[in-house]
Amino acid sequence: MTRYDSLVDSLGNTPLVGLPRLSPSPRVRVWAKLEDRNPTGSVKDRAAMYMVQAAEKDGLLRPGATILEPTSGNTGISLAMVAALRGYHLICVMPENTSVERRQLLSMYGAQIILSPAAGGSNQAVAQARRLAAEHPDWVMLYQYGNPANALAHYETTGPELLRDLPTITHFVAGLGTTGTLMGTGRYLREQVPGVQIVAAEPRYGELVYGLRNIDEGFVPELYDGSVLTTRFSVGPHEALRRTRELVEQEGIFAGISSGAALHAALAMADKAVEAGQDADIAFVVADAGWKYLSTGAYSGTLAEAEAALDGQLWA
Amino acid sequence: MAIEVRIPTILRPYTGGAKAVEGSGDTLAVLVDDLDSRHPGLKARLVTEAGALHRFVNVYVNDEDVRFTGALDTALKDGDSVTILPAVAGG
Repeated sequence: MTRYDSLVDSLGNTPLVGLPRLSPSPRVRVWAKLEDRNPTGSVKDRAAMYMVQAAEKDGLLRPGATILEPTSGNTGISLAMVAALRGYHLICVMPENTSVERRQLLSMYGAQIILSPAAGGSNQAVAQARRLAAEHPDWVMLYQYGNPANALAHYETTGPELLRDLPTITHFVAGLGTTGTLMGTGRYLREQVPGVQIVAAEPRYGELVYGLRNIDEGFVPELYDGSVLTTRFSVGPHEALRRTRELVEQEGIFAGISSGAALHAALAMADKAVEAGQDADIAFVVADAGWKYLSTGAYSGTLAEAEAALDGQLWA
Repeated sequence: MAIEVRIPTILRPYTGGAKAVEGSGDTLAVLVDDLDSRHPGLKARLVTEAGALHRFVNVYVNDEDVRFTGALDTALKDGDSVTILPAVAGG
């Protein structure tokens, strides 16, 4: 049944599609979980819906309430849609070095945007949102980095969907941001699939984003539990862009740049399986489509030009 | 044995502003000691007094997070690339 009472009811149950050309062999296969097929076009719809529902259930969110959230974009867009439908006001604290499309989408859904400085990336957005929350105790900060409902969404939906569609799954690969996707899906799969490998692809940005004044300004999301992961790769813009282009050129999948980073890690695991002579079914997350990144130049010109244009931007 | 180590902006005061330095060692711990001998103070920013990596410091060998490969005991070989970064948020 693909009929739903409303847009939010169509959340999840996204397609898992094979990559016949990028997979190294019929025995080592790579699969893309197309999370852009969610209501606002990203994996963050799952966490946003779960966090809002949990806050409503706990009595934190009442009609007319104001939600405050630090976000580099997708979570804000998901929350903005839900807030608009349910009558909440949304304020997003977002780093200024994010794509213009994200700001356009947030405004379109009626959210208010407070820009945080580029240097320090999302760390600064988190710090600024915390200050605002302290000044406005009546505002509700859902706080995706520490809200158990974020990981729970993936434990209850993304994980079971993957196992249903790919019972032979050997690896799960996703981008590392709030860590909610990896923690929730990873925990579920580890309980169900002995020996499954949970692999994080962490975006490595330009230097500006790491421009903290002090190491102690560093940030590890409260949701993060390293014991859920098998390993964690840092993927720079060159590899992320190269893989994003391979996805569209060889498989027709028009994905966002963080999906290229996840594919890069997935293909590294695929190579290891080939070398070891093992069968593998490797699923990775396409967190969103490429639309929101067209203005970054990621899809036009040479790779070097795209990489230069992306320098200093938060592309995941 | 030459290993390239990429240094984040915040730690460059210890390397005279250099974005990358060379070091040697057959494990990450030995490499860090080697770097500290020429860039005094660097080790204290990376490693706690108890001998563990600082919580907000991430170190990658050939792009893999060393916390999953043996932490400071991670083996190194000639030509490896080491990247040090402060932990930042995504999302």
